[in-house]
Amino acid sequence: MHLDHTHDGPSAISADAHRPDGTRRALRIGLGGPVGSGKTATVAALCRALRDEISLAVVTNDIYTREDADFLLREAVLPPERITAVETGACPHTAIRDDISANLEAVEDLEDEVGPLDLILVESGGDNLTATFSKGLVDAQIFVIDVAGGDDIPRKGGPGVTTADLLVVNKTDLAPFVGSDLGRMATDAKAQRAELPVVFQSLRAEGGVTDVAAWVRGQLAAWTA
Amino acid sequence: MSRAALLVLADGRFPAGGHAHSGGAEAAVKAGRITGAKSLEEFCRGRLHTTGLVSASLAAAAALGLDPVALDEAADARTPSVALRVAARKLGRQLMRAARATWPSAELDALAREFPKGAHQPVVLGVAARAAGLGAVDAAYCSAYESVGGPATATVRLLSLDPFEATGVLARLAPDLDRVADRAGEVARCAVEEGVDVLPAVSAPLLEISAEAHAAWPVRLFAS
Amino acid sequence: MTGGAAGVRATARIAARSDGRGGTALPTLEGEGPLALRRTRGSGAEARVMLVGAMSGPLGGDHFTVEAAAAEGAALHIGSAAATIALPGQAKGEARYDVRLTVAAGAELRWLPEQLISANGSDLYVTTHVDLVPGARLVLREEQVLGRAHEEPGRLTSRLTVRLRGRPFLDQELCCGPGASGGWDGPAVLAGHRAVGQLLVVRPEFAEALPSPQLLGECAALTPLAGPGVLVTALAPNALRLRRTLDEALRTLDGRV
Repeated sequence: MHLDHTHDGPSAISADAHRPDGTRRALRIGLGGPVGSGKTATVAALCRALRDEISLAVVTNDIYTREDADFLLREAVLPPERITAVETGACPHTAIRDDISANLEAVEDLEDEVGPLDLILVESGGDNLTATFSKGLVDAQIFVIDVAGGDDIPRKGGPGVTTADLLVVNKTDLAPFVGSDLGRMATDAKAQRAELPVVFQSLRAEGGVTDVAAWVRGQLAAWTA
Repeated sequence: MSRAALLVLADGRFPAGGHAHSGGAEAAVKAGRITGAKSLEEFCRGRLHTTGLVSASLAAAAALGLDPVALDEAADARTPSVALRVAARKLGRQLMRAARATWPSAELDALAREFPKGAHQPVVLGVAARAAGLGAVDAAYCSAYESVGGPATATVRLLSLDPFEATGVLARLAPDLDRVADRAGEVARCAVEEGVDVLPAVSAPLLEISAEAHAAWPVRLFAS
Repeated sequence: MTGGAAGVRATARIAARSDGRGGTALPTLEGEGPLALRRTRGSGAEARVMLVGAMSGPLGGDHFTVEAAAAEGAALHIGSAAATIALPGQAKGEARYDVRLTVAAGAELRWLPEQLISANGSDLYVTTHVDLVPGARLVLREEQVLGRAHEEPGRLTSRLTVRLRGRPFLDQELCCGPGASGGWDGPAVLAGHRAVGQLLVVRPEFAEALPSPQLLGECAALTPLAGPGVLVTALAPNALRLRRTLDEALRTLDGRV
């Protein structure tokens, strides 16, 4: 080794849009949100909706080692080699925002091992309303909340609700049972997010993940344009 | 050289993946061997004088410019547990990413090319310290401190231990940290003349055994 | 052998080679003083040697060395007739016990001595250096017992260094007893266990496929090394329980379950 060597190592240190061989890397979309809001179910539904048209993979960030990854494996939404679990030391928000090194390694390994990939979904373990993804890790992020978590969440705001590229309000089928006012949630979300999109969905209803899948397709089209 | 670079490198917020590792504390907590501040202190002291000294010496030797490939081989020989070798390489790879972004250097690039899946973390740490303009004892301090800081932070989360008590533990270990860093610096200088075999190889049997047990748990909070 | 106030220095040498008829010959079998050697009946192609303690020891100031080499085609098994007890001596300073083992390609060495017991007040530094080449087979067991029954141990430092083709393969040191660095008996290192042992098995066929890591009870684990070998590390409350764990691991590895 020589100190006067030129700096010519592999380039993928952080959010570089290209792989070391110069090809464009996969689009990375993060999914965050509170515990139990339906992130993993949304990921599973997206995989089923998109797997026949694009090449995709999933990285999970669990509180307990592999629970979300194991759920996806059991549901067989993707072949096992396309699902990777990152261990977070009880702090998913650290792993997706403050110290993204393990997640970057996971997405790069997936591209090396099962690539080429069009899309990698990076799911955060359920966390609090302030947990957002680093721009060094993902290109766009979806924040998933649900009606049962309280219809005042959009009003409360927080970085996830306010700045996520897409806000998903999940489990709309439960609204009558938990006394959540969907109209109020929509108005509050609009006030917090201005022009940023909001999708109301129930994965149990006809259509399910259709709107979110359409949004993902739009992101992909923009990424590859 | 800037001594302040040591603060950047040793900062728990340095994004190099350490937060997901407990340094064996999760297994020790589950086995009932760490139950509070007192047993945490004994755990940390034991880890510091065994694998902590070994890591600090490897880091110091790498900071002096010893061949990192030979040091990585020495680290393998000193880490019989495959779970700990995997963790060390994983952390080495993550540190490499952070270090190259922070202190770009041809030596770090070369090491990354040699070990695309990661070299042992202390070796990367030493080369990173060198890239940051730090010396052998600085690298040893950083490594030795990590060997106790990780378990202390993890125990705060695992036992809901009072964070002031955990910080007190680290403060009480300061004289031990000084001794380990000095010794690591000394043996690293010997290794320049005599080769990597003179580096310490002190082992902690329980850390080795429980690392294998921990890696087999179906559910855990920490990666190691 | 030399003796006196400086302690006893003694060296035993063993060399094994194929006898050309499917067995193993011992062209060198030299004991000295407290390190007496005896050839005993081996099984099959194997030559078996026992270290027979003619004196107690090592005491403070003593320096014992055992050298054994297995040349191509040899199968050498070395055991000891009784446990080695490190005791405090008249002479000041630590006692040393050095073991130097060399195994050639196509040779097998089984180094299976009885326990090393660190008695109260003793100070012993043990080094075991093993030189292997690809194709060598090794079974090596080390057991340290900290103190005789109901006694605090002496100071014991034991370093095992194994090299394969001249490169570091396994390097492990255990330091315990009075004067050892802090935490040696704490929750990261020994946690009050009074018997600690290692079983190293190196086989050329492990280069193709290594056994998977395996837990052997609560305080023992088998782990594949970075080269063609596995190491069993075990802790136990006493020597008997330790031996049981290591014996069982060896039976499993030898395919004699």
